[in-house]
Amino acid sequence: MIVFKKPHALSDVPLHYCPGCTHGIVHRLVAEVIDELGIEGKTIGIAPVGCSVMAYNYFECDMIEAAHGRAPAVATGVKRANPDNIVFTYQGDGDLASIGTAETVHSAARNENITVIFINNAIYGMTGGQMAPTSLPGQVTQTSPYGRDVNLCGYPVKICEMLAQLDGPEYLERVTVNNVKQIKNAKRAIKKAFQNQIDGKGFSLIEVISSCPTNWGMTPQAALKWIDEKMIPYYPLGVYKDRSAEKKEAEQ
Amino acid sequence: MEKKVLMKGNEAIAEAAIRAGCRHYFGYPITPQTEIAAYMAKRMPKIGGTFLQAESEIAAINMVYGVASAGLRVMTSSSSPGVSLKGEGLSYLAGADLPALVVNVQRGGPGLGGIQPSQSDYFQATRGAGHGDFHMIVLAPASVQEMAELTVKAFDLADKYRMTSMLLADGTMGQMMEPVALDDLQINPMPEKPWATTGTKMERKRNIINSLSLVPEELEQFNFARYEKYAKIEREESRAEEYRMEDAEICVAAFGIASRVSRNAVDAAREMGIKVGLIRPITLWPFPVDPFKRSLSTVKKYVSVELNMGQMIEDVRLATECRRPVTLCNRAGGMIPTPEQVLEAIKAAANGGENQ
Repeated sequence: MIVFKKPHALSDVPLHYCPGCTHGIVHRLVAEVIDELGIEGKTIGIAPVGCSVMAYNYFECDMIEAAHGRAPAVATGVKRANPDNIVFTYQGDGDLASIGTAETVHSAARNENITVIFINNAIYGMTGGQMAPTSLPGQVTQTSPYGRDVNLCGYPVKICEMLAQLDGPEYLERVTVNNVKQIKNAKRAIKKAFQNQIDGKGFSLIEVISSCPTNWGMTPQAALKWIDEKMIPYYPLGVYKDRSAEKKEAEQ
Repeated sequence: MEKKVLMKGNEAIAEAAIRAGCRHYFGYPITPQTEIAAYMAKRMPKIGGTFLQAESEIAAINMVYGVASAGLRVMTSSSSPGVSLKGEGLSYLAGADLPALVVNVQRGGPGLGGIQPSQSDYFQATRGAGHGDFHMIVLAPASVQEMAELTVKAFDLADKYRMTSMLLADGTMGQMMEPVALDDLQINPMPEKPWATTGTKMERKRNIINSLSLVPEELEQFNFARYEKYAKIEREESRAEEYRMEDAEICVAAFGIASRVSRNAVDAAREMGIKVGLIRPITLWPFPVDPFKRSLSTVKKYVSVELNMGQMIEDVRLATECRRPVTLCNRAGGMIPTPEQVLEAIKAAANGGENQ
C-alpha cells in the first residue's frame, strides 16, 4: 500500500533549494492542491525572479517565467486570454512587495481572478541575503549590516494588512509552515485560494511566513523557531479578508 | 469602388488591429496616442475582447507578455517616454520569443520632452529597446492607410518569426485624418502555436515560456539561433519605397512624416532640373540596404531628412558603406522640416556646397 507519494503536479526533479528552506514544503502543498482539485491540465503557473525563479521546472502544468515583480501582470494577461485556465503566481517578498508592489496592489484592486502564493521570508535569498521590504526592524542583513534602521530604511511592508484596505480582493490570509499543524493549515488556505478562482470569486493571496536558514545565518531548526519568536509577532497569522464570508454575514 | 472612411491615424491602427484578430489590448494613457486606447475601450467590450487600462506601462507590456504566452494576438501602444518604460518587457518578449505588436507614436524627447511629433526613438526602436542582444521588426508608416496596412503586416510578421513587431509612427501620423480603405486589408490566418501555455489538458508535456538560461553555452546557442532568424528576416523582409530614383544623383532618405515633406521637395527640385529621388524605408529594422546599394551606381550625395538630431543617417552611411557624403536635414524637439528646408538641403547637395 502506498502511504506517501510525490504529487503528480510536482515535477520529478531535484529542487535547488537550500537545506531547511520552506520553499519545498510550499511547492508540495501547491502541487497537492492542484492534484486534489484535478486542475493540472488547465493550470498555468507564473514563476517570479528570486529564489523560486526556477519554479517553472518544478510544476508539471504549463509554466511562464515572468520579469521581476511582474507576475501578477503576466497572470492578468494569461487569465484574460483564457478565462478557463487556472492561473497562479508564486512570488517572494522582494518580487511581490518591493519591485512589483504596483502590480500586486492593482491586480488585487481589480479583483483579478487569480491565485497568488506569496513567500515572505524577510530577506532576498537568491542574491545572497539583502534587506527585503519585509525585513524586520533591527534585522541584520548584507545591506543592513548594523540592523534595519527604520529611520533610514523605513518600516516593513505588511502586504495582507495593506491589501485588506482595498475593496477589490476576495481573499487574503497569512499562514506559516514551521510545524505540522501550520503546514496543514497552510494547505487549507492554499486550497481555498485555488477554489475561489475555480468559483470565479477573484483575487486570493496567501502569504506564507517562511524561513531562510542560509541567509538568516541559523540552523534550520533555529530558523523555524525564529518564525514563532520574531516573524509572527510582527506578521500575525490569520484571515485578513474574506469577501464571501463578509457577504454571508451581512445577509444573516 | 472600395469604400473609404475618414479616420485618424491612431484610430486606423486600432481598427486594423481588431480586423487582424487582435482581441486583447493593454495600455496606459499618454499623448499623442491615446485615441488608440479610447477606440479599443469602445470596441473591445462589444466584440468579446479585452481592453484593460493598466496601472503602468510596465504592467501593460507584461500583460501583453501573458496574452502572447497564451498564443493570442495582443498589442499595446504608447508614446516615447512610455516606450522607455516598456523596455524591460520588450527584452523579455525577445528572450522568450513571443510575438506581439507594440506601437510607438513618437513625441519629442529626451525626458518628458514635449507632445509634438518626433522621430527621435529611431535608435531605441532599431538598436536598443532593452537590455541584451535582440531586435524588433520595426515598421514605419507614412500615411493613415499605411498605419492600417502595416498594423496587419506587423501581426503577421510577429507571428511568423515569434518576435515583437513595432509600429514606429509619430504624433503627426497619429493625429492626422485621411481617407482609409479598410475592406481590402489582407488578413491572413494566424499560424498554429503549439508552444503556447494554454494548459496541458493532460495530453502533452508542459510548455514553458522562459528567458532564463544560466548555462552560458546554452544561452550563447539561443542567441546564435535568434540571430540566424534575424539574418533571414534581413534577407526576406526589408521593404522600401523608391521614388524618382532611376537617374537620381541626389538621394533623399526619409521615413514616416519626413518622407512626405521630402517628396514635395523632390518634386520641386526635379522641376528645377535637379536629378533627385527619394528612398523611403518602410522597414527600419531590417533596414532596406539593397535600394541604397543599388543607388550607388548613380547617386553622388545623400541627404537624410529626420525629425531628430540625426539617427537614421547612421544606417544610410552603413548601407552605402560611407562611399558617398551624407548630409543631415533635420528639425528636433517636435518641429517638422518644411519642404523649403529640404529643397535647400537638396540644392546644397547638388551644388556641392556641403561636404558632410
